[in-house]
Formats: sequence, structure tokens, C-alpha cells
Amino acid sequence: RFVGSLGTIVIKCKDLRIIQLDIPGMEECLNIASSIEALSTLDSVTLMYPFFYRPMFEVVEDGWSSFLLEQEFEHLSSVTNEWRLSCVNKEFSVCPSYPPVVIVPKSIDDDALRKVAMFRHGGRFPVLSYYHKKNGMAMMRSSQPLTGTNGRRCKEDEKLINATLRSGRRGFVIDTRPLAVAQQARAKGGGFEQEVHYPQWRRIHKYIERFNILQESFIKLVEACNDQSHNMDRWLSKLEASNWLTHIKELLTAACLAAQCIDREGASVLVHGSEGTDSTLQVTSLAQIILDPRCRTIHGFEALVVREWLQAGHPFQQRCAQSAYSNSKQKWEAPVFLLFLECVWQIHRQFPCSFEFNEQFLIMLFEHAYASQFGTFLGNNENERAKLKLPQKTMSLWSWVNRPEELSRFQNPLYEANSLVIWPSVAPQSLQLWEGVFLRWNRPSKFLEEAEEERINIIRYNKELQAKVNALRRQLAELETEEDAREEV
Amino acid sequence: VENVRLLDRLSSRRAVLGTLYLTATHVIFVENGSETRKETWVLHSQISSIEKQATTASGCPLLIRCKNFQVIQLVIPQERDCHDVYISLIRLARPVKYEELYCFSFNPKLDKEEREQGWKLVDLNEEYNRMGVPNNYWQISDVNRDYGVCDSYPTEVYVPKSATAHIIVGSSKFRSRRRFPALSYYCKSNNASICRSSQPLSGFSARCLEDEQMLQAIRKANPGSDFIYVVDTRPKLNAMANRAAGKGYENEDNYSNIKFQFIGIENIHVMRNSLQKMLEVCELKSPSMSDFLWGLENSGWLKHIKAIMDAGIFIAKAVAEEGVSVLVHCSDGWDRTAQVCSVASLLLDPYYRTMKGFMVLIEKDWVSFGHKFNHRYGNLDGDPKEISPVIDQFIECVWQLMEQFPCAFEFNERFLIHIQHHIYSCQFGNFLCNNQKERRELKIKERTYSLWAHLWKNRADYLNPLYKPDHSQTQGTLHPQIAPCNFLYKFWSGMYNRFEKGLHPRQSVTDYLMAVKEETQQLEEELVILQERLANLQKSQSGDNKMKSKQQDRSKQFGLYTSNNSLANTPQEYSNDLKSFPSRSPSQGDEDSALILTQDNLKSSDPDLSANSDQESGVEDLSCRSPSGGGCVPSEDSGKDSDEAVFLAG
Repeated sequence: RFVGSLGTIVIKCKDLRIIQLDIPGMEECLNIASSIEALSTLDSVTLMYPFFYRPMFEVVEDGWSSFLLEQEFEHLSSVTNEWRLSCVNKEFSVCPSYPPVVIVPKSIDDDALRKVAMFRHGGRFPVLSYYHKKNGMAMMRSSQPLTGTNGRRCKEDEKLINATLRSGRRGFVIDTRPLAVAQQARAKGGGFEQEVHYPQWRRIHKYIERFNILQESFIKLVEACNDQSHNMDRWLSKLEASNWLTHIKELLTAACLAAQCIDREGASVLVHGSEGTDSTLQVTSLAQIILDPRCRTIHGFEALVVREWLQAGHPFQQRCAQSAYSNSKQKWEAPVFLLFLECVWQIHRQFPCSFEFNEQFLIMLFEHAYASQFGTFLGNNENERAKLKLPQKTMSLWSWVNRPEELSRFQNPLYEANSLVIWPSVAPQSLQLWEGVFLRWNRPSKFLEEAEEERINIIRYNKELQAKVNALRRQLAELETEEDAREEV
Repeated sequence: VENVRLLDRLSSRRAVLGTLYLTATHVIFVENGSETRKETWVLHSQISSIEKQATTASGCPLLIRCKNFQVIQLVIPQERDCHDVYISLIRLARPVKYEELYCFSFNPKLDKEEREQGWKLVDLNEEYNRMGVPNNYWQISDVNRDYGVCDSYPTEVYVPKSATAHIIVGSSKFRSRRRFPALSYYCKSNNASICRSSQPLSGFSARCLEDEQMLQAIRKANPGSDFIYVVDTRPKLNAMANRAAGKGYENEDNYSNIKFQFIGIENIHVMRNSLQKMLEVCELKSPSMSDFLWGLENSGWLKHIKAIMDAGIFIAKAVAEEGVSVLVHCSDGWDRTAQVCSVASLLLDPYYRTMKGFMVLIEKDWVSFGHKFNHRYGNLDGDPKEISPVIDQFIECVWQLMEQFPCAFEFNERFLIHIQHHIYSCQFGNFLCNNQKERRELKIKERTYSLWAHLWKNRADYLNPLYKPDHSQTQGTLHPQIAPCNFLYKFWSGMYNRFEKGLHPRQSVTDYLMAVKEETQQLEEELVILQERLANLQKSQSGDNKMKSKQQDRSKQFGLYTSNNSLANTPQEYSNDLKSFPSRSPSQGDEDSALILTQDNLKSSDPDLSANSDQESGVEDLSCRSPSGGGCVPSEDSGKDSDEAVFLAG
């Protein structure tokens, strides 16, 4: 991540910043460079900053226990009793990348779950991702079924996902791979739900790019943004060549499709790709942003990230190791979470008054996913986090973010709760480059910040006045009633 | 014509049935059925092209493209009707006489005095005085009194004091179309100026003593500097080619103390084709990201915008930072020169970033200096090769600056869009003809109305909520980033996909903040009243009569803003008052509320509009949105069927 040469160290950061240090003295420079090199490529997780970080603030609420699935389930039970909390994965034995507790249809017992886990890649059996209160439809997620070439089936699996259907209604399986890829997967033991065995389900294939393709796209985009020499034409063609916005469009389209199936078609949905740890989570979490107003609040969004990304076993440590400037090719590196955040930003841009948080909040999450003093994004799943004893040994990001002092920085002054489903446009004209991330270090931002400040001031002044006026009205009303009382006397 | 179907551009599924009317001035489509009977009005002068497509089983399709980037697709059941409509529209959209244009029949029910008042709103004499001329260095010249020297210049022109009539006339003979160097902007603080002219008729070796003296005089009018820049806004190749035709550019050897500079802005034909290409991209049905970006780049549009901006930035820098005067020209000095001078002025002087100042700027650099509105925007039937989006590009430059400096402009995007709209609409007389001389002959000011007065009356709709006169961004010169920040220039979907509402952000931050600000203002007023009343009440604890009248007063007062106060009035009064109060919550179906907001404002501020139902603000948007459904359905969610079609199809 850095290049040393003749007294100059260039540090390329994971948040895409590039710092150049000019250091007098060749030897000193080399020493510093090698120290930075060593310190930025630690082998062991337990040597990383979160394990040494001592917070300078008082913890009001421990972020490690702020978002328990039990709470979420309690919320769910208040509207439906069709689901239950299962502890089948208590020891991480059924599915190593799932959390200890999951929400599944009530009619399916733990034994059946164990059988279904055998039938799904990595043991990731279908679990509840989102329950649409408006019409009682559910969105589930899983990994691919292991049908293999000979079309293996699993009665319990069929029963499990059929349990989410109303009688006589159909559901949709959204497979995040193109049909050809899904068919090829059979050769390696994977596969997809075949119509014969799942007659009530209609399968839709949506292509969402994976791993190295995304990473290459990310690197190309950042290169284009940092290139200071090209003219207008080359800029646009480089932007196009990076394909980044194409990925954004595909992803948003798939999420809108899932949301549409649930809200408009009134159907339940099962989302999966191959492993169910990347594109699957992108789709399910974005669909919830569209459908569920709660996810557009700060607390709700944090809960979404915890539930659909951290607990759902998105391998943060593998995906967010190096960011865009890595020299060495990392096999598992991919900006999956960043793509998700950017899609949220795109929706945010189209509905600027419907989100409680602002752009800074999303950028903050991006930064912390790649490098953080907090332990939240360490590890690849709950199992690993438990082994590392992160809750005991490190501080949670949420403990810090949710303090009132910090929260105020992340609040969107324009927010007005919007209880509706928000359908974003996915037309190219409606999608823009996320300048707040990609051009953050090389665009003049002063004027934009001033504008944001102005927005905040306008709203704040309005609220202050409202408060004053209300207080006076009350005072007046009280005086009047006194007056009236006296008159009556 | 009855039973005509109006198609939605994004999805052919959602066509609406209605009746098509052709009037002397408008094409009107009225929807059948629904109580609302949505209407779509299109001025004939907005029509840019009409295309009759191959007849299908369902009827005969007619495609109407408008100059304000609206595209209307109709299907007419009978081939014969379609042909009639087609023939009539072709005739109606291409008037041959000025008198046929809408502004001569448009009557906003203002009396004579109000109309005259309207024309006086923008006064260029006042503007030159504001700049600080005439003064010791500059004076008004009457050489062009009867348009005797240059028929495309105004009668009153500012020139250096040392430039005698002899010099001016001599210089004019050495310039294309006799457009001699004249003052466009004067910078009071350092005496630097921006002058404009057409190209010199230098050919390969011709010289003109008076023209050389003229440039000398401009330099002398700025004692602080010992040279002037001469900026030729054309690409060098084009300028050289002109030499063969006896035209060309200044030779640095012949003119003392000039620094010559080319800035490659392409000519009107290149720009016309570029826009055409970009619009083709905008019209694509569900394009992929690559289609779009590739097409946008291929059109070269943003590259041209950047070239104009760069020229403006160069000049503003020369004037503000170096204190050097600049003479700008292109070929005839009425297209690129106008663009570049006005961009530079806008950067230099905060006044032009106010609403009034912007009107003045267009009046000064475009209208008075003979920008050929009629030819460029095809108001009358003419040579299609003369048509080019010259002022559109300037307007886009302003928008690009607004994006970079969100607090610097008093007006908002809507203001720009409406000005663009009216440059083509011919509803107001401002932009008629090709120059001042023609306008005087036509007696425009006596026979038509001024757009500026109309916009000024509705200025509340056009305010930028972030603008504060004392903000740092509103002071002094703007310094936009020059290269390499090419990414600063963005596609303006608000303009070029103006009528595809579904593509735009569904909640308008501007409208929201304006509503908040309006509420704030009312709260301020109420606060004062309440404080007074409270003080009175505490003072005088007696007096029945007083008390009663006050109570009545108060209940009136309360009715106005009770959106969150349970102490307040009855629901009925609340809802009555709500109508005059812009709906504040953007959450009520996003797009709808934003539109209601503008519509309300419009209705209250400009009642005659509804009578004329002209293409204005929210109204037209609403009417054009209607076929796509989302806009008028009391949407339970933000209703976007077209997208769904896309998701499913894709």
C-alpha cells in the first residue's frame, strides 16, 4: 500500500486517500517505510488495533448487545406467530457461518433443519430475512441447494420453504446467478431449485457480479478517479470501462425486483446465489431499505447491518482486507459491502428526506468496515467472533456511534419519517458516481460542506422557532383560561 | 380528433385514451374518463420535429419532439386524421411571420401600464451605471444611433473615451458584420474590462490602423496594465481557415501590446450535432449503463460545456487576478462570444448570480448584442443549419456552477429551466427577432409582454433556499476548479430528461427547504405577535371588550399554522388554511407533494396561467406526468410502475 523512494513515502489508504510524506534522510525514510509496511500487514487478528484500543469515552450502551436477534423476534411475534426462534446452531455445528439463533417457520423442527442444512451449500439453510407486515409475505435467504448432476432432492427443504407460502399462492426464488452459471454449479455439487420439486416456486435469475470482477472494477474506478491527466472524454470512458455503475444498476434492479415480488405481487421470496454470503445479502438488505421504513432510521440501519451482514456471516475479514490499492491479488477480496452502501446512497439521493442518517454515516461505515479501532467488523462470522472473544476484548463500533455526540454528526436534517415503500429509479440517468467516497480526496468539498451546514441551519432555526412559538402559545392559553375563570367569577 | 392514445415513453403498456385538439397556438391532449381529465398542452413554437411512423394495427403513430426536450408519442386511429394532424402541425409549428407567434396573441390580462412597467424591470442603462460607466475611461457612443454602423448592435454602446467616432467606424469596417470592439463588462475595482467584437478581416496580411488604435484605446482604458488579452474562442484551425476568406485573427506583430490566445470552442454545427447525439441517448428505451455513458461521451456534449467554462474561467482570472482587460471574439461575435462573456461576468460579479442580475446579464450579453435568437432557436421557419443550442449551453454552464457552488446563486434550477423553456416558447417578446433593430421595428415592447416581469412576479418559486446575500460563496469571484477535475461536469437530467419525472429524485430538497423557510418566516411573525399579546395580557388584566376582540384576532392567527399544535383550532379551519400553506411533508407520496407544492404556488401567484393553461412550472409537469399514472394515483407508495416493468423484463 505504499511506495518508498528517495525520501518520499506515499501511503495509499484503504479509505482511498493518498498521503505523500517527504522525509529528510534516506535511512530514516526506509526505516519508517518498513515499519509502516510491517505494522499495516499484521498476520494475526489479535494484534490488530481493536485489541489495544482504549476508548476515551464513556460507554452508555454496549453495542455488542444492542442488536440481538431475540429482540428482533420479539418485534416479529407481535404481528405473527408463524415463526419461531431456533437454537439448532447453538454450537455453530449445523452451519459454521450462521449465528447461534435463527428465525425459521414454526412448523419446521430442528431435526428437519439439520437435514436441510445438509442439502444447502455450507449448511446455510433458508432462514427468515424479512417479514413484510403489510401483507404477511416473507423474504428468506439461503445458499444454493446441493442438487448436483443427478438432481438430488430434500423433502424437508421443500417443506421448509413451502411453509412460507399461503395456500395456493406462488413464491419466487431469486437466484443471483445467471441460469448458465447455476447449471454449471451442478457439476460441482451445487445447483438450483428445479420446477418438478418446487412446483409452487417460480425461479428468476438475476446476474450479480462476484469477487474478483467486482474488485477489478473497484480498482479501475479508483484509478480513473485519481487520474489527473485525462480530458473529458477519457474520463467518461474510464468510468464506463470500470463497469462500477453497471454493477450498481444490476444490484439495485435485483433488489427492486425482490421488493416488488413481496409488496406488489404479494408473494414470498427466497434469495440465494452460491454461498449466500455476498450477493444474497446485498439483495435482501437493499430490498429491506426499499420496503421497510425502520431500516431507513439510524438505529434500524445499524440493526440491518448487524442482522443481514455481520450475523448473516458476510466474511468481512476476507472481503475488506486491502481495499483498492492492494498490489498483491487477494483471492477473497471484494467490495461487496461497499456496493451495498453505495446502493443505499443512490436511493438516499433519490429520496433525500426519507432517511434519518446522512451520507457521512454511510461513509463512516465504509471506513470502519476496512479499518477500525472497533472490533465490530473483525472476523468472518459470529463463530470466529466468539472464538476471538471480541465482545470481551474489543469495543463495539455501535457503542461509539450511538452516543448522542456522535449521532448528531450523522443525522439528516431533512428527515421526515416516510412510512411508504420507496421505489428508486434504476435508469442510468438516475444513477451517479458516489463522489463522497470516490472523489472525496480530490474534489473541492468546501462549498458542498457549506451548503450542508446551511441546510442544517435552516432546519435548526425553524425548529427553535417552533419551540418558542409553542411555548408562548401555551403560556397565552394558560393566561387566558385564568382570565376566563376570573371573568366568570 | 377523438380516441387518440398518448403513449408513455418508458412503457408502452401505459397509454391513455383521450382527445386531441389543435388550436391556433397549442396542441392539447385531454384525457378521457377520470374526473381529473388531465390535459397536456404543447405550444406550437415548442415543436421541433414531427414524425409520422409506419401505421400499425392499433393506428397511426405520431411522434412530436419539442425544443424543451419533451417527447410526445400519439397513436391516432385513422390514417387520414393522422395525416391531417401531421400536415396542420407542420404548418403551425413553422410560422413564417413574427405576427403568427404566440406572444402577439398571449394576453396575461395586464393593463398597458403594467406591461410597460414589466419591460422596465431590466434596464441596461442602469446596469452600466452599476458597473461604474461612464467614467474617466469609458463613455457611451452614439455612432450606432440609427444602427448606421452595425445593424446587429444596440444603439447605445460603451467604448473607450479615447476611441473617436473615426476610430470606431474605421475599426468596424475591419470587422465581420461591422461588429467593432465594445464594452461588455467593466470591473470597477481594477479598471479591467471585457470587450467583445467579431473577427478582424485580416486575411493573410491586411491591417487596419483604426482597429489597431481601437485595441490600443481599450488597453489605455486600463492604466494598471500594459497589455490586453485577445481571446479567439475558436479552435485555431477554424480561425486559420477563415483567413483564406479574408477574415481571421489578430496578428500579434501588428497590434502592440496584445497577447493572443485561442480557446477551442466548436462552431454551431458541431454543437447542434452534439446535442442531437446526446438527445438520442436520452431517448433510448431502458439503456444499459454502458449505452448511456458511452453515448454521453460519444456526443461530446460535456466536453463542449467544459470548453466554454474554461474560456470563461480564463477571462475571469485575467480580469480579477491579473487586472488585464480582455477582448473576446469568435467569428461573428454573437454566439461563442456571448457564451464566454456571460460566463466570465457570472464568475466575476455576484450581482449576476442574483435573480435580477441574471436577467440583466442575458439582456446585456445576449439580447442587446444581437444574438440571433430567431435563427438559433428556429422561432420562424428558416434554415435548419442556423439552429444551434447556443444559449442552452450557457444555461447549462450556470447549472454546472450551481452544482459546484450550491450557496452562490439566488435562483434555483427551475429558474434556468423556465428561462430555457421561454426562449423557445415565443410566449413573451424578449427573445424575438435577431437583434435590437428588428425588435424596435416590430414594436415588440408595445405589442408583447416581458418574460422578466412574469418570472419576477413568481420569484418565490425560483429562490434557492441556501442563498444568503452575506454568505462567503456569494461574495466576489467564483473560482471553479479547472482541469483536471473533469468529473465536475455532469449530465443534467433535470433539463434533458425534464419530462421523465420518474428519473429524478422523488423528493425535492429545494422545495422542502423553501417550505421550511416560509414556515420559519411565518413563525417569526407569529412570535412577535405572541410576545406582544403576552405582554399586553400580563399588563392589562381587565377590560372585557378588549379581551373579546383580541380573542377573535388570535383565533385567526392560530388557524394559520397549527400543523403540530394540539392547542389550536378546529380541523376545518386548519384544512382551509392548509391550502395556502405549502404542504411541508415530503413523505406524503414524494413526487406528488412536490408537485402540489408548485402547483399551489402557481395558482395563487398567477391565476391567469390556469386560464391560459400555458406550459408553466408545475402545471405542465403534472399534466405531462399524468399518462404514467404514478403522479395522480393517490399512491399508497411512491408508485412507479414503469420501473417494475423494467425489473421484470430485465
